[in-house]
Amino acid sequence: MIGKSILELHDELKNGKVTSNELVNESLKACHEIQDKTNSFVTIIDDAKGSEVTDDLLSGIPYGIKDIFSTKDILSTGSSNTLNNYVPFFDATCVANLKKHGAVGVAKTVLDELGMGGTGTTGHTGIVHNPWNLERQTAGSSAGSAASVACGVYPYALGSDTGDSIRKPAAYCGIVGYKPTYGMISRFGMFQFASSLDTVGVLTRNVEDAAIAVDGMKGLDENDMTTWDSSSINLFKSLNKDVKGKKLFYIENVCDINNYSNPSEELKEHLNNFKETIKRCEELGISVSKVNIDSKLLNALYSTYVVISCAEATSNMANLTGISFGPGGEGKSPDEMIKDHRTKGFSPLIKRRFVIGSYVLQRENQEKFFLNAKRVRRLIVNKMNELFKEYDAMIAPVGTGPAKYIDDNKNVHDKETRVLEELLQIGNFGGYPSITIPNGFVNNLPVGVNITGKVKDDVSVLNIAYALESTMNYKNQLAREEN
Amino acid sequence: MYKAVIGLEFHCEMKSHTKVFSNAINGFSKLSNQLVAPLDMGFPGTLPVVNKTCVKKAIEMAMILNCKIPEYMEFDRKNYFYPDLPKGYQLTQFFNPVGVDGKVVIEVNGKEKEVLIHDIHLEEDSASLDHYYDTSNIDYNRSGVPLLELVTEPCLNSADEAIEFLEYIKRIYEYTDISDCDTKKGQIRADVNVSIMDNDSKELGTKVEVKNVNSFDSIRKTIEYEIERQSKLKSEGRYDEVVQETRRFDDETGTTIHMRSKADAIDYKYFTDPNIPKYKITNELLEEIKKNIPMLAHERKNKYISEYNLSEYDAKVLVKNKKVSDYFEECVRLGADAKSACNWITTKVLAEVNKSDEITIDDVFIRPSMIAELIKLIADKKITNNQGKEVFTKMLEEHLTPVEIVKKYNMEILEDDNLVNSLVDEVLSENEKAIEDYKNGRTNMLDYLVGQVMKKSRGKANPVDAKNKLLEKIK
Repeated sequence: MIGKSILELHDELKNGKVTSNELVNESLKACHEIQDKTNSFVTIIDDAKGSEVTDDLLSGIPYGIKDIFSTKDILSTGSSNTLNNYVPFFDATCVANLKKHGAVGVAKTVLDELGMGGTGTTGHTGIVHNPWNLERQTAGSSAGSAASVACGVYPYALGSDTGDSIRKPAAYCGIVGYKPTYGMISRFGMFQFASSLDTVGVLTRNVEDAAIAVDGMKGLDENDMTTWDSSSINLFKSLNKDVKGKKLFYIENVCDINNYSNPSEELKEHLNNFKETIKRCEELGISVSKVNIDSKLLNALYSTYVVISCAEATSNMANLTGISFGPGGEGKSPDEMIKDHRTKGFSPLIKRRFVIGSYVLQRENQEKFFLNAKRVRRLIVNKMNELFKEYDAMIAPVGTGPAKYIDDNKNVHDKETRVLEELLQIGNFGGYPSITIPNGFVNNLPVGVNITGKVKDDVSVLNIAYALESTMNYKNQLAREEN
Repeated sequence: MYKAVIGLEFHCEMKSHTKVFSNAINGFSKLSNQLVAPLDMGFPGTLPVVNKTCVKKAIEMAMILNCKIPEYMEFDRKNYFYPDLPKGYQLTQFFNPVGVDGKVVIEVNGKEKEVLIHDIHLEEDSASLDHYYDTSNIDYNRSGVPLLELVTEPCLNSADEAIEFLEYIKRIYEYTDISDCDTKKGQIRADVNVSIMDNDSKELGTKVEVKNVNSFDSIRKTIEYEIERQSKLKSEGRYDEVVQETRRFDDETGTTIHMRSKADAIDYKYFTDPNIPKYKITNELLEEIKKNIPMLAHERKNKYISEYNLSEYDAKVLVKNKKVSDYFEECVRLGADAKSACNWITTKVLAEVNKSDEITIDDVFIRPSMIAELIKLIADKKITNNQGKEVFTKMLEEHLTPVEIVKKYNMEILEDDNLVNSLVDEVLSENEKAIEDYKNGRTNMLDYLVGQVMKKSRGKANPVDAKNKLLEKIK
């Protein structure tokens, strides 16, 4: 099954070439094989069993689950020591929905602790290595999901995306990462990081699989008030490569190499490659325009994200007291027990974000930081919505190049490249549908391109990606260790 | 003497089928941790889903208090760590409460008093803690129970005013079925703010907050104690010892005790909950809610006075408790004369209810249908008024209906004129002396003679009828 798509596997299952049990066992074996090198998994679900094969495309096929999702009777840690023994008694809605479709979860994948990180290096079970080059990051936070899908151990794995947590690792691992419109998939059962930004999505090796998987998860959920009814939308059936006449824009400020005073070779190649991709779009009959956005607004992106996400996170994760679940702390009073649990359980990165979150919410700081961040978010979204009146979607290079080295410190980007590095956060600010697909190589490592479109217009975004994917040779590509 | 200034924060647990943000049952259980959904324990990934009934009830209450109602319903997080707070924050309404700037007029010792409402908001209760010698248990049954918190302006000036206001609010909660306000189940709690100032001063004194006072009686004692404590210090020239602080009421001593000072005040870092999309309160919704506000205590009182000609006093007694008022209205609905029903209820039925703190009018065996039946028996002259009282007592003792009692004891009034006439004749012939006395001016002898007729009829004669017949024959 290694490397096969959902459609291929479904055909093989239907034709009796393989059984669901065989697929599941093969997938489990493959998980074990890549674990030593990539450290993708918190849990490999060895007792997973095949399921009945029906006409449902997802039936009988194994998949991976980011360990931020609650899985009934299966350890769900959020890659945090504060939850290192937590076994939920209910499934996240997206997992439950996939179960209904007959999909079989075979592994729980490593993430940056509680989704808060973009390197894949901060999970409690250790660093996730990029299967293209083990010295490189996968990016995060959906690190294990990206690495394992890139290795082909199953056709898809669940991810969650608060800033770019699906779309950045997808690029670094040479695969597809799709974050649907906010509220299309229920967040119930997904450990919350920043509720107004958190989105459930999927990592795959082609656009079709991404559409099929999200079709299987989406829908109104009585347990999540932010979900909306998408029953009239069938993403897979709507896929169509005829995108002639579609209109894209890119932000010239950050996509034109001439705007960088001292660009790295990687950035030059990456943006050059992006130009090639734009040409491919134009060959498909898509018009691509460049726009400039007030750099003040762009420069505010990262701090806006930090303030809002940290503020929400510090409150969302206040439930991790160790009192009714989690390993718990020692102490003579409840206060001491909570303090001990959290002091021992959280990594320094998380603690720093909690401090930031608390600081910006403090009475005397709230107006200046938190409320202003919300206002800037509104300004950015207004600007995007204005552009979306004219254009179908935005096209952007993902990050500033290929995967970084594991010891690279993400928090010391140079100021000039920071906007490009964090650009995809726009997708979370507006709840926009956003998909990354591989568009080439820099230094023998994969790089990605992203399409972000209008709220609830996931179909257009997927179709543009679908058409663009067909002009390149990266569909269904598997990680090859080149160095 | 100084002028006291009192503000109240009155928390009341609401009645609803499920909790305010989860689908666990909102009810009372003697066993711990029976009524709990994953959200109520703050399990990772669980999300709040707003209970629409609670929202409607909260809007209804805001309307009744004449509050301004915001355009959108929103909830905010109040963040702090405490073992009884599983999510690490309480969902409440801080920035946009469901009602602000309200006003009600109440009557205190015969005088009208305007009470200003700062706001009313919908929020969730925390879990409860049971402390033992060396451990504490957390009971999540209460976690997520809907609460309405009503905050007054500092506009009350005495314990009487405060209690009268709370009684007024409690009646509204009962009449609208928003809450039972059952103290025994811990359904009400108040934070009481008290300060004092010179009578001619315009500047408010130092505010002292007493937290979590959980009965009207304790609230009264708290206010009285604080006024006395602060006044004493002020009159002794030690007013600087009154500091802005949080105290608690101690039931045993009837005093208040320091808990924490202003400097220890927590910054709750309020922010709007991102999991609950803001919800537009439409005019249609407001109209629908308005239409369904039931008749409240003071409206019922006015109706009883104007339509049923009851006295102000009786009307007040009837509406003081909704169950009593409902009982009365049911009697009237079943055809009982309103005044008679009122008399039976205020004298006999309530006397039964008042025998024990444990019962309400709903626990009394005699139902409105029986009161109506009893009144009808008397009105139809089937039994006398005095017999009626006897029937009432026997109903309680024997758990039978009035008709059954009358039948069992053969109590029906003699309507056979001849029989009554012969009894009257008998009495007249046996009591010549009495007749003599009566004619000589001892008019009370007539009552004696009537009594003799009643005795002979074993109470079944109509005493008015007997009296008329006696008079006729004595002449």
